[in-house]
Amino acid sequence: MAEATHDIEIRNLYKIFGPNAAKHVESVRNGMTKEELKAQHNHVLGLDDINLTIPAGKIQVVMGLSGSGKSTLIRHINRLIDPTAGELLFDGQDIAKMSETELREFRRQRTGMVFQKFALFPHWTVLENTTYGLHVRGVSRREAEERARRWITRVGLEGFEESYPNQLSGGMQQRVGLARALTNDAEILLMDEAFSALDPLIRTDMQSVLLDLQSELKKTIVFITHDLDEALRLGERIAILRDGKIIQQGTGEQIVLRPKDDYIASFVRDVRRGHVISVRTIMRKGAHAETPVTLPASTLLEEAARAMTNAEVSRANITGRDGQHVGMVTLSKCVAEMIAPDDTEEVDPESQVA
Amino acid sequence: MDLVDFPAMGRSDLREMRIAIDGAFREFTRAYGETLENIFHPIQLLLVFIEDLLIDSPWILVLAALAGLVWALGRNLKIVGGTVLALLAIGYFGMWEDTMRTIAMVAVCTLIAVVIGIPTGILMARSDRANATVTPILDMMQTMPSFVYLIPVVMIFGLGKVPGVIAVVIYAVPPIIRLTNLGIRQVPADVLEAAEAFGSSARQKLTDVQLPLALPTIMAGVNQTIMMSLAMVVVASMIGVRGLGQPVLQAINNQYFTLGVMNGLAIVAIAIIFDRATQAYGKRLQKHLEAVHG
Ligand SMILES: Nc1ncnc2c1ncn2[C@@H]1O[C@H](COP(=O)(O)OP(=O)(O)OP(=O)(O)O)[C@@H](O)[C@H]1O
Ligand SMILES: [Mg+2]
Repeated sequence: MAEATHDIEIRNLYKIFGPNAAKHVESVRNGMTKEELKAQHNHVLGLDDINLTIPAGKIQVVMGLSGSGKSTLIRHINRLIDPTAGELLFDGQDIAKMSETELREFRRQRTGMVFQKFALFPHWTVLENTTYGLHVRGVSRREAEERARRWITRVGLEGFEESYPNQLSGGMQQRVGLARALTNDAEILLMDEAFSALDPLIRTDMQSVLLDLQSELKKTIVFITHDLDEALRLGERIAILRDGKIIQQGTGEQIVLRPKDDYIASFVRDVRRGHVISVRTIMRKGAHAETPVTLPASTLLEEAARAMTNAEVSRANITGRDGQHVGMVTLSKCVAEMIAPDDTEEVDPESQVA
Repeated sequence: MDLVDFPAMGRSDLREMRIAIDGAFREFTRAYGETLENIFHPIQLLLVFIEDLLIDSPWILVLAALAGLVWALGRNLKIVGGTVLALLAIGYFGMWEDTMRTIAMVAVCTLIAVVIGIPTGILMARSDRANATVTPILDMMQTMPSFVYLIPVVMIFGLGKVPGVIAVVIYAVPPIIRLTNLGIRQVPADVLEAAEAFGSSARQKLTDVQLPLALPTIMAGVNQTIMMSLAMVVVASMIGVRGLGQPVLQAINNQYFTLGVMNGLAIVAIAIIFDRATQAYGKRLQKHLEAVHG
């Protein structure tokens, strides 16, 4: 199994759509906006100076509204779209500079992709669809089918090997899409709004399938979504795009706790904060409380509050990764942070008396 | 100035121009006619071979083979039954041999049209430049009255089977080219993108995705090509192609009403057989492309 070991480093990436794209990069570097580029030169600014390190073996979510450039960005990683300027470094190579043969090899050996509208091959069965990546590589049919069957079982489609895509429901079709990508056994998995076309229940289901697989596979997954709940559930790292620019990146917790601007704040307003924020970020460092409750620093606020309420205490000690004491939280602080509208956030945690 | 009469070039100039062009073409024919005939000779051999096979074999075997072919294409017993009845009637009314000649002719013409048409269609689908170049040529091939291009063909090859085949192919090849091009261009972009994302080469994309998904459309082109070849058999008989067209031509010249109608109906009958069989095949190909779910 190909466990991911290389980060993907995107450096100063620009994409401009239009016949004279290269000519306009300099103006964009000097601050020309998407609107100005469109109005003055009739070119579309797709990506504007993207710098992003996608960590090996983690799920990197890219979020943003429609038209913000999410699909454009993810398609640069396997170069379905050619950059106008910039680098995409992976395992000592610049994807942007690969020759056609190198690129084909890279796509075959190192990547798999899942699409929003599934994009299955309608004239092939589930099994034939799933073996496609190996077929392209020239792996023998017998071996390909053996490997494909394993993944078909893993995504819960056993018994449907001989069905055609049009005989399956949307959720099942996307399982085929996932199995097809996984059968490639590659360390990078690209998922462009892979679950957006599914019903909410099936969607949550598929998220669980993905998390479950990832806990064992440890691939580098780039997951595109415009749904914050999905982003927070899946993303170990989240980057937010607007008009082709990354306007904030970090963990879900960091983004919910400290949205960089009103645009992001409006995104995160309705989120279940207690479900995202951990006690680490609100604890009083170094302080110690007389209480029977001790919690790890990664405990979410909701869980911490529940633990304290169940024990009928109002404080808990916090321990770090190695189990040693690092600080304490109070129940009221937990609850305050869970319901905090933006203004209470201004209160300095240190000044609050427990 | 005289505005009623068009200021045409002089009558004598026009005549000289025609003589010059005709002369040059005749020169060309004299110089290269034999070479061209040799190049196209294999077509003659193939046609004669199929003709002999169909005519010299026991009729019952030929009937069984044709019925089997129709079954293989359409998997439809009704079409097979119709085919057998129609062929029995044709044989009973004494048109068996002419019908076999026509079937051989249509088979060879369709084969050549496929061999020329599918690669041309693929080329047009791949390159917009090729598309822009070939499309007007196809328009011309389809609208130019067929008698006009019979003239140079006959000048080069004389009367016989080969010029007949060439004339029929010129007339019948456009739909297969057009529909191959269309079929490939209609392949959904997202499916192609998926193939690309998995590292397919251009050739793999063509054979794995584009051609299979275009196949139903290509088959519609083959169907039209067969129909158009059949429509040409009477015209082809004017330059010496034997078959069902010849008695029709004879009937026109001598006002033999019954002879004309009988052979005409035989042409219609095999047209319907070919049409239903290829259409049923096309439908079978499309079975898995119809969406059952969203
Ligand atoms: N081939 C193209 N030619 C011109 N403009 C393009 C092209 N592809 C994308 N764009 C433009 O680039 C911008 C980003 O598009 P992109 O498809 O990446 O957005 P997205 O974030 O994926 O949106 P969605 O959520 O709707 O999928 C949009 O303004 C879009 O119009
Ligand atoms: Mg998109």
